[in-house]
Amino acid sequence: MLHITKRFPGIIANDDITLQLRHGEIHALLGENGAGKSTLMSVLFGLYQAEEGTIKKDGKEVKINNPNDANDLGIGMVHQHFKLVECFTVLDNIIMGVEPVGAMGFLQKKQAREKVIALSEKYGLQVDPDAKIEDITVGMQQRTEILKMLYRDNEILIFDEPTAVLTPQEIEELMKIMKNLAAEGKSILFISHKLAEIMAVADRCSVLRKGKYIGTVETKNTTMEELSAMMVGRNVNFHVEKGPANPGEVVLEVQHMTVASKVHNNNAVKDVSFKVRRGEIVCIAGIDGNGQSELVYGITGLEPLVSGSILLDGQDITKSSIRKRSTSGMSHIPEDRHKHGLVLDYPLDYNMVLQTYFKPNFTSKIGFLRKKNIREYANRLIEEYDVRSGQGAVTPARAMSGGNQQKAIIAREIDKAPEVLVAVQPTRGLDVGAIESVHKNLVAQRDAGKAVLLISLELDEVMDVPDRILVMYEGEIVGELDPKKTTQEELGLYMAGAKRDEVKNK
Amino acid sequence: MKKILKNEGVQAFVASVICILLGLLIGYIVLLFINPSGAGESITNVIKNFFTWSRPQSQMKQLGNTLAKTMPLILCSLSILFSYKVGLFNIGCAGQYVAGACASLYAGLAWGWGWLPCMIFAIVAGALLGGITGLLKAYCNVNEVISGIMLNWIALYTSNTLLTNVKETASPYTLYLDKTNPNAILPTLGLDKLFNNNSNVTIAIPLTILMAVIVWIILSKTKLGYELKATGNNKNAAKYAGMAQNRNIIMTLAISGALAGLGASLLYQTGYMRWECTQSSVPAMGFNGIAAAFLGGLHPIGAIFSSFFIQHITDGGQYVNTNFYSSQISDVISSVIIYLCSFVLFIKLTMKKMLAKSDEKKGAK
Amino acid sequence: MLLLIQYTLIFASVLLLVALGGCISEHSGVINLGLEGIMVVGALGGALVMRSLGTTSALVMVLVAMLAAALAGMLYSCLLGVAAIHFKADQTLVGTAMNLLATAAATVFVKAMNTATNPDNHSSEIEYIRARKMFIVNIDGFEFNWFMLVAIIAVVAVYFLLYKNRLGLRLMACGEHPQAAASVGVNVFKMRWTGVLISGALGGLGGLCYILAGVSVWKFENGVAGFGFLALAVMIFGQWKPTRIALAALIFGLFRALSNTYTGFPFLANLNLPGNVYNMMPYIVCLVVLAFTSKASRAPKAEGIPYDKGSR
Repeated sequence: MLHITKRFPGIIANDDITLQLRHGEIHALLGENGAGKSTLMSVLFGLYQAEEGTIKKDGKEVKINNPNDANDLGIGMVHQHFKLVECFTVLDNIIMGVEPVGAMGFLQKKQAREKVIALSEKYGLQVDPDAKIEDITVGMQQRTEILKMLYRDNEILIFDEPTAVLTPQEIEELMKIMKNLAAEGKSILFISHKLAEIMAVADRCSVLRKGKYIGTVETKNTTMEELSAMMVGRNVNFHVEKGPANPGEVVLEVQHMTVASKVHNNNAVKDVSFKVRRGEIVCIAGIDGNGQSELVYGITGLEPLVSGSILLDGQDITKSSIRKRSTSGMSHIPEDRHKHGLVLDYPLDYNMVLQTYFKPNFTSKIGFLRKKNIREYANRLIEEYDVRSGQGAVTPARAMSGGNQQKAIIAREIDKAPEVLVAVQPTRGLDVGAIESVHKNLVAQRDAGKAVLLISLELDEVMDVPDRILVMYEGEIVGELDPKKTTQEELGLYMAGAKRDEVKNK
Repeated sequence: MKKILKNEGVQAFVASVICILLGLLIGYIVLLFINPSGAGESITNVIKNFFTWSRPQSQMKQLGNTLAKTMPLILCSLSILFSYKVGLFNIGCAGQYVAGACASLYAGLAWGWGWLPCMIFAIVAGALLGGITGLLKAYCNVNEVISGIMLNWIALYTSNTLLTNVKETASPYTLYLDKTNPNAILPTLGLDKLFNNNSNVTIAIPLTILMAVIVWIILSKTKLGYELKATGNNKNAAKYAGMAQNRNIIMTLAISGALAGLGASLLYQTGYMRWECTQSSVPAMGFNGIAAAFLGGLHPIGAIFSSFFIQHITDGGQYVNTNFYSSQISDVISSVIIYLCSFVLFIKLTMKKMLAKSDEKKGAK
Repeated sequence: MLLLIQYTLIFASVLLLVALGGCISEHSGVINLGLEGIMVVGALGGALVMRSLGTTSALVMVLVAMLAAALAGMLYSCLLGVAAIHFKADQTLVGTAMNLLATAAATVFVKAMNTATNPDNHSSEIEYIRARKMFIVNIDGFEFNWFMLVAIIAVVAVYFLLYKNRLGLRLMACGEHPQAAASVGVNVFKMRWTGVLISGALGGLGGLCYILAGVSVWKFENGVAGFGFLALAVMIFGQWKPTRIALAALIFGLFRALSNTYTGFPFLANLNLPGNVYNMMPYIVCLVVLAFTSKASRAPKAEGIPYDKGSR
């Protein structure tokens, strides 16, 4: 890809980027969120067209206007957010677009099924062709995506953040699969911001920063620190500064909590019990999809419990409304800021009072909004938490950047001075500077004597921020670890369900 | 100039005007297609409406009639836009309107109630019907469009059956309200004199304007409005914020129903119209409310003006040359306008893009 | 009793055709609320053909009328296609506009046509007594209408199209996860247009079937009396699956048929209910059914959401 430039309204996503992939190599594309990696690969795959620049394959210039063109050139892509139709089977998803057909377009699935099974055995990608996507694990879904590429005899394989949803063991398996594919002559491009993985599996690594190409290095000749410096342009402090914890009395207690699942018949959360004390940060770790979301929904009231109870400061809030929990001292930074956290068409100040608009200082007795008070409150939070936006308090939330949207939510939830702060993936989608500031805020809460329940999928964050780690696997707490004493490998074993203890109520 | 165009309100207004002009143009083309000779005159008559009369006194009288019918239309459009803010499409407005008409007429003709109790009864009837749609949506997840349509038809047949008890013996129309029970007629407070003694002009006018203002205040300045708009914009965030979803849905549809019911009462209790007990389809007022709501940019005050325009051309339809055309041409124009209104988002986006491009050019200089 | 079965089948055929149309459109991702309007336009197309083809064989009459109805419906559905697929308009609003427009435009058109032939005729009626007879085959007192056959063929065809054919696979993908379809090279726009056009054709056929159902003259001012929406309820009750839709159509058809035939049942006639009650029955039944079944409803995931290439 030579001198590729891709523009979107208001932003240059790719600015004169040149990237070269050698036959049979594993080439990593490194950069922070928003650096332009996914955009570049989407150009290669034909989902977008670049405004400037050319693409050459085997020395010949080619035009890739849509995924079909990319496919014809042997290029395939596994997307970060899987492009699978959930109510279709694995087989249907694999063959869609290149279906073997008989007369008048009627499907001939038998030969396709045989080819899929053969490929699956050759490359060690275990799948059930007749299972529906909505019923299978994330790991199998990813293998389905990979089989999609292999079924089409793709030679150039692009992986977009493939490890975001895998356990450490599954990540190792994936790396083995990638090395196998490269050995068979496939050329692999994979996008990541995880330095350790890149060092482990890639031959070379190209770095992008804010849309620009920084350079390409051989991984055997470089270090993680060097790569990280290229990625952010400065040296980064990976660890949050915190003193020792001083846990006080129990403020949140979950007893034998069971929550139903919306996608399958088993329960998502099974008989979970734990306590969170004042002045400590407890982190629920685990692979995405093991019940953490439902756990939070149960605690905050977004979903009802099948059985069990929740005590907040000694009061039973199991049947309390969401509003009651919020006014009784619980704050919730939701995992999806667009789905739950913000009303995107409202201005920033209206969003700042989303949890408190009904209080007397924001609403008069007869029901009129006190707009002046709301505006002043919002301005104060904007100042204190450095929330940036185009027009200040009147900016529509939709027009703000993801990082600032998250900062606004965090400001709102922390300023409520909650006894318990439930923070679900608070640093998702944020750049390194913002992540630092969020971690600082969490530690400050803890030091002020509040309780923090953190749910995180980022291993670095899990090892670094909390005082205590509870690992969740398939709806149960399977282990309690001390971040100072455990290792990523041990954590990974618990997360994958390979190891479990009897967790006593401490 | 550009600064004016960037204002959201102005963009909405420009979009509405474009829809109106295109609607009228298409109406004209349809008339041309049917019979070229009378088309020009007929379309101008539609636009002129009461101005086709030559004497100012007659014009005022006809204007009074148009105004009398505009008021229920304003209320129906308020009904639609109020629900739409919460993300609900209250197509059941037509049935709620029917329920209101039935309630006020029956109470007036059969029970001899005064105008205020009749009006309140109509409001309650409309609210009940809206509430049913709300309950079905909130607790049973029934799509409010389909339940609304079903209730429209149920309301129609029920009303026809009930009002048959108070109709004239020889015709399918209900008895004259002003002769049977003059107490049920809305007081005019002297407004009728302004319009050349048109007794159809009543307190309905100030009452309706008041309701529009109240709706506007509720939506933009109260806690309720904050909750409703948040729910309409992002149901999940509203739940996260602890807002009472089910209660809000039911309340919104009930309020919308009440507005529609009030609208019916404000028309039928002037004595201007009678109910035809064998009518086989729901009166158009509820559906024209949709056109008026969207044409008015879904804003309560805008709805006042758009409703007047829609009623103006609807009444204007009767002045077409009936040798070739029929009054339904106004319905054609109204529905074309609704269709075009659905493109409004696209029109607004195009305007934004054009303004942004010229900004870029300026910046580059 | 025979009459009841007859009416049930014919009304079920209408509901079935239109519901299948709505089903295909929604499977491709476009909500088609304008089915009422499409029915009116299809009916108009068919009625005009029946009126103008004076003396031809039954076969020609039936085929040409059906073709005209389907084509008219397809043409009218383009209004939905353009607005929803290319201009990302609010699909509920577009559908509502189409319904209102169709009835109004049909009325204007028919009235103008009638007045042109006879200056004193200002009605919006079209009659087709002779043509209607050509659709019917009398078997032992049972009036079998060719549309019943068409409806059965439609169910089978739609079933095979959706579940056994490549087109169906791609079409359904566009309604569930259009980005996934696009990433494997499926043209989402083309698929959605296919869905809308097929629903237009089926809706148009359903409209013609409706006006032929019981009567030989149709007053176009009446539109189609909410039948398009009943068909949507049938589609939801049938959970967007052709076989279940067929069952739902029969049930709703039965209730609609009762309002035409209840006098033939002494048990019902003795209840002395006003005719309006029977008119209301289909709508009440529909509400009750939906109230109980909508909680577990699972619509195509991406329906109603305009497809935006830029979103990931």
